[in-house]
Amino acid sequence: MEQLLIYFIFFPFVSFFISLLFQNKQEKLISTVAFTSVGIQLTGVIVFTGYWLLHSAPTLNLKHFVFFKEDDIEIFLDFYFDKTTAVFSILGAFVSFLVLVFSKYYLHRDSGYKRFFNTILLFFFAFNITVFAGNFETLFIGWEFLGITSFLLIAFYRDRYLPVKNALKTISLYRLGDICLILALWTSHHIWHENITFIKLDNLNLVLGHVAEHYNSVLFLLSMIVVAATIKSAQFPFSSWLPRAMEGPTTSSAVFYGSLAVHLGVFLLLRTYNYWQSVIPIKISIVIIGILTTIIATLIARVQSTVKTQIAYASVAQIGLMFIEIALGWHILVLVHLSGNALLRTYQLLVSPSVLGYMIHDQFFNYVPKQHFSSTSFISKIRNSIYVLSIKEWNMDIYSKKLLWDPFKYIGKSLRVLSHKLALILFGVIFIAGLLLFYLDDHIPPQIDNYLHTGFAFLGMILIILSFSEKSSPLKAWLLIILSQLYVVLSVALLNDEYEYIEILLYFSGLGVSAVIGAWVLLRLKKLEKDLNLNDFYGHIYNHPNLGIWFLAACLAFVGLPFTPSFIGLDLMYSHIDHEEYLLTSFITISFLVLELTVLRIYARVFLGPHKKQTHPIAYRSS
Amino acid sequence: MQISDFREQNVLQHLKHYLPSQTPLKDFIHHNSLHAFQDLKFYDAIFKANKIFGYQATLPLVDFRKLHQIGRIDDRIVERIIEEKKGKENVTFWRENLTAKTYEEHIDQRIGKLRINWKSIYQLDLDNLVQPLLFRILSSYLDQGIAIWDFSLNKDGFLASIREVEKNSFTSFFKTKEARQLLFQENITIRELLKIVVGDEKYYEQYLFDQQFSHRGWSGMVATLEEKPETLLSPRKISLSDSIIFELILEIDHLQNELGSDFKPLCTTISQPPFDLFEDVEISELQEVLMIWQDAFEWSYYDEILAGIQQLNRHKSEGAQNKATTKERSFQALFCIDERECSLRTHIESFDKLSETFGCPGFFGVEFYFQAEHAKFYDKLCPAPITPKYLIKEYDVSEKRKHDLFYTDKTHHIATGFISAITFGFWACYRLIKNLFKPEMSPAISNAFAHMNEQGKLTIENKGFENKENGLQIGFAIEVMTNRVEALLNGIGLIDNFASLVYVVAHGSSSANNPHHGAHDCGACSGRPGSVNARVFATMANHEKVRKLLKERGISIPANTQFIGALHDTAADEIEFYDVSILNELNAKAHQQNLITFENALDLNAKERSRRFASINTKADLKQIRKAVKDRSVSLFEPRPELGHGTNTLCIVGNREMTKGIFLDRRAFLNSYNFQTDREGKFLTGVMAPLGPVCGGINLEYYFSRVDNSKLGAGTKLPHNVVGLFGVANSSDGDLRPGLPWQMIEVHDPLRLMIIVEHFPEIVLKSIQSTPAMYEWYINEWVHLVSVNPETNELTYFKEGRFVPYKTVAKEIHFYKDVHTLLENAKEMETNHIVQATQENLPVLLHN
Repeated sequence: MEQLLIYFIFFPFVSFFISLLFQNKQEKLISTVAFTSVGIQLTGVIVFTGYWLLHSAPTLNLKHFVFFKEDDIEIFLDFYFDKTTAVFSILGAFVSFLVLVFSKYYLHRDSGYKRFFNTILLFFFAFNITVFAGNFETLFIGWEFLGITSFLLIAFYRDRYLPVKNALKTISLYRLGDICLILALWTSHHIWHENITFIKLDNLNLVLGHVAEHYNSVLFLLSMIVVAATIKSAQFPFSSWLPRAMEGPTTSSAVFYGSLAVHLGVFLLLRTYNYWQSVIPIKISIVIIGILTTIIATLIARVQSTVKTQIAYASVAQIGLMFIEIALGWHILVLVHLSGNALLRTYQLLVSPSVLGYMIHDQFFNYVPKQHFSSTSFISKIRNSIYVLSIKEWNMDIYSKKLLWDPFKYIGKSLRVLSHKLALILFGVIFIAGLLLFYLDDHIPPQIDNYLHTGFAFLGMILIILSFSEKSSPLKAWLLIILSQLYVVLSVALLNDEYEYIEILLYFSGLGVSAVIGAWVLLRLKKLEKDLNLNDFYGHIYNHPNLGIWFLAACLAFVGLPFTPSFIGLDLMYSHIDHEEYLLTSFITISFLVLELTVLRIYARVFLGPHKKQTHPIAYRSS
Repeated sequence: MQISDFREQNVLQHLKHYLPSQTPLKDFIHHNSLHAFQDLKFYDAIFKANKIFGYQATLPLVDFRKLHQIGRIDDRIVERIIEEKKGKENVTFWRENLTAKTYEEHIDQRIGKLRINWKSIYQLDLDNLVQPLLFRILSSYLDQGIAIWDFSLNKDGFLASIREVEKNSFTSFFKTKEARQLLFQENITIRELLKIVVGDEKYYEQYLFDQQFSHRGWSGMVATLEEKPETLLSPRKISLSDSIIFELILEIDHLQNELGSDFKPLCTTISQPPFDLFEDVEISELQEVLMIWQDAFEWSYYDEILAGIQQLNRHKSEGAQNKATTKERSFQALFCIDERECSLRTHIESFDKLSETFGCPGFFGVEFYFQAEHAKFYDKLCPAPITPKYLIKEYDVSEKRKHDLFYTDKTHHIATGFISAITFGFWACYRLIKNLFKPEMSPAISNAFAHMNEQGKLTIENKGFENKENGLQIGFAIEVMTNRVEALLNGIGLIDNFASLVYVVAHGSSSANNPHHGAHDCGACSGRPGSVNARVFATMANHEKVRKLLKERGISIPANTQFIGALHDTAADEIEFYDVSILNELNAKAHQQNLITFENALDLNAKERSRRFASINTKADLKQIRKAVKDRSVSLFEPRPELGHGTNTLCIVGNREMTKGIFLDRRAFLNSYNFQTDREGKFLTGVMAPLGPVCGGINLEYYFSRVDNSKLGAGTKLPHNVVGLFGVANSSDGDLRPGLPWQMIEVHDPLRLMIIVEHFPEIVLKSIQSTPAMYEWYINEWVHLVSVNPETNELTYFKEGRFVPYKTVAKEIHFYKDVHTLLENAKEMETNHIVQATQENLPVLLHN
């Protein structure tokens, strides 16, 4: 029975590739491929689940594909099936199927018809990997793809300013969640000394023993998981991205932010429940997050005057309740609750345009004029205060920007001096020196060695932040990124004497190709358009769609999108960092966090947004 | 140029004049999107608007060139227009410009140039900082019922309400104390605030324009609601001045917060001189080229239709002698002039050769407010500029209005939300499946037939002078009824030869999941279905006393002639008849026969419409097509339940015979008018008066939404988010989007309206010159006008104040035999790019 699991991953993957083969105007073919393949998947999982239930519903595990194997490290894909997977996979296929049928007509003659179905299928693939995942690595692959497809769907109307801006905002938060997962992965490697599978976590005695033994590390690991779940499910204090993510066609908002993607935080908590159920601080924080979110999101939903944002916050509030339910161990209830909520919000979003006609008509017959009492009592003051706070979304949007991103921009700004030519040359020289040191490794005293690799990691981080805050030349930003990656690798290589060339090669084979492609695209674009800048959005995709695709591919490979060689290299590198290297870990982690944002920022600024030449209708910035 | 001193009231007036004037979406009234420029000639206006606000004024040059290459723009017409405009000797030069020369096409608009300095000098994105909160607060204040928790309203308006909230709260909308203090200065003026933000009086007006046009949707809504607060059901007091004051305080708040002590008025740091946004614009060579292209694009179509009319009428006058002039009519039917009824009328006439149809504005000359039973409000059922003095009330309705539980706000609370999730959630799923695979009417769908209850009764006749409500007279007095009926019948020339059954067919449109559904209803009924008007008119015309008076005035309606009201749903292609029980035995029988004609015609009408719907196979069985068309109107997933006024280009004022037999492809507003009963043009003025604002307004809104769907249109519908039940925006932080969505205009060719009148040129001239407002439409070239001399069949067109002869270029108009073959073989557009979209239109053809 286990062997069948792989088909539920493989099948969406193939249909995604098939859907790439068509032209935009072949609408019938594109949509038919999309909804029949999702329909087949739906039938498949239902039949499979039925069969599985008849066989007394055992928990299934399938170790599938080993990426890399060395003495103490093994990286492999692993699949898993239990009641949570069953519910999520059926729900996912079902909602996707309905929404695809809906979109077949809804998207008719949209210039992005093909793009839409491609992205939804990619999302569907990512969703399935995530819910069928049997270990953290596999789950992470799905998680990463979800982030990218989110970015693409939010920025679906890529010639307008707000979708692109909000796509970047959302992906930044998602990225933070991804990094939390990487850190959890890293900690887990060190605690378990292996690539732990979820099936192993089912063994409660084993887990309890481990928790007791590595209490602090486990606490860290679990906090990271909670943060990742909180971000994905738009819980407090990360709720404000959700309404802003509803920039794409109503159908994609419904499938993504109404139902499937936003419930994945719940999935993550369910999946790791065994791990954290005995860790009281984690349990309490999950309950607190749930309670706070439920109350605050409900308050915010109450003051929303636009229909989609109201649904978004109402949904978030229900997910808050689910967090509490999970912590209390009511898992069957959670599964019912989340399915109902997902279906309800999908429907509400899909019919949200009707609200105008229906409610106006309703008012026509049932209108009661509002009474207003002006009161200065304490109660009404409290009421007003909450009202004002809720209109401002409890400042979540402002603070997340202020606390999470402004520091990077600020540091970048104050370090701008370093991006002068001279400084860059200096960086190059230092790097070559570092390379030499790497060869002479054996002759360096260990103390200096220690400082050196931390120092290189630090420089790598500085470079990437510089690139993040680069305001004018995309080429320079791109070079800074490459340089920073070289530093990061050097640092890790220096650290580990046993570091093998093959791993570095693996990482560079991915990185090098994408670095070259990216640079080529930027050079070519510069030649064609004369002027390239990062100061605003320039929308070059309007005239150069192909260059845009190449650059996006390069960007994704660069950040180590799963399946690219750089991804495996990245994972390996983390495995090489020792447990106690907190400073090094944080430098490298920040580098990776900013890396993806930086490349996507370059992509967005150069290729997306309103086209800089107003020779055709272009929407105002505010619309 | 000298910039005058800042006068607040003038500047506010000026702003309101240029801001979009679209009312809340429940009342969608088409109007010229550039109404503010209507005092200028069309081309001067659009190019001025282009320079000031960056609106795209015509199709891009490259599209015109492609249209020329595929033959959609007739080369002979291009030649003729260049000759007319530039002289024969310059033809080669301009031809080269038109087809080959490269131009810099980038529009560098004037708006926004001053305020951008916050970004370029201080790296401050003021729009990003201020707009999301500003939009949120405005929409919460104006919200009609989405939010569960309302803004506390103060009777003194927007600013007063904000002050009240701020005063009684521990939290604040503002970050800084300074901003809060400014808010509490009761009589703070825009001038004082601008002094803080801008500093130099010379820049004030420009700054305000930059600021307000950075979110023209919201500013336009506020300005409109200030003028017409009655367009909201739940009234809100707001003024543009209030919202500007609030926005300026928000700006100060952020500037203070971000810049702190470095904050100085903008003018202290900039070097650019102040300039007048509205300074005259010079027409560039590129724009001259575009003008020629646009004219050629328009005349390539007009020429065909004019040639068609001429050919048809030559043919008809040759055959006219041997035919008897009067025929016994099986029935007559009055329709709205709406171009969507043009095809239905043709099909009715073809199924029943003895029938006769007429067109007149769809409120049938009766203007009133309507109150449905149990309704708390009145609906205005007449063209927007008219303010009626009459009220029609509905009573004796037994049917209960149905509800849809999915729109309850209970799903947004904690506990009830939980319960709804685990119950409604699964039911929602059932509903979705049902709507996807078997769509049907439900309470959440805007149903044209639900506007008035078929079984209900109406207070049509006035019961005496005291019979009033809220200053409106309930029902019409006999004298007034007679006047209305007389005026209408005279206008359309139906004063004798009455058939025994006369249908009065209004129209409306049903659609699901469509915030713009009002735009599909009858424009002459203020964006509502016209069923009540049809019924009221029929009742009046059936009234014995009215008939008696009419007879005295020279219109004698036979006693056995009966009028019947009806409503045609233009999306579902369904028809409903009212008060059929009054029919006498003979007419009841005839009516049964006519029902078959109507059904057949509706089938064919559905088929004709289906050729533009990619999801329907036009070759399928008629009944299948009809069902598919009906399903569209109730399908949640269908963003194009119907195509509205897309493709409208013509307005024909004359006898039906003038165009009967020409395949008009649903592009013509048809207004019946008989010059023979009105040789001095006494009624013509009344007939022509609404054509500019109604048909011209529709046509220009489609034109501008088509050429610049991003700025003047609403963009694609798919991401729209309903705001406060009065507008749509993209996502949560976007500006309101007035104008038409992309799905409504993609089939439309951006051509100005061509009005063709069957009368002598001098009479037409006299009639359009009767009021300056009417004349403006023609003399400023916002619509084209041609007169067809009814005696000589000669064509003259209105140019710079007089009629000049027109010779058609098209030699021969082709014939078609069978309408089914014609429709089935019509081309379907590959993409909605104009070059491909226009190929979906069928050429002008004559029926053989």
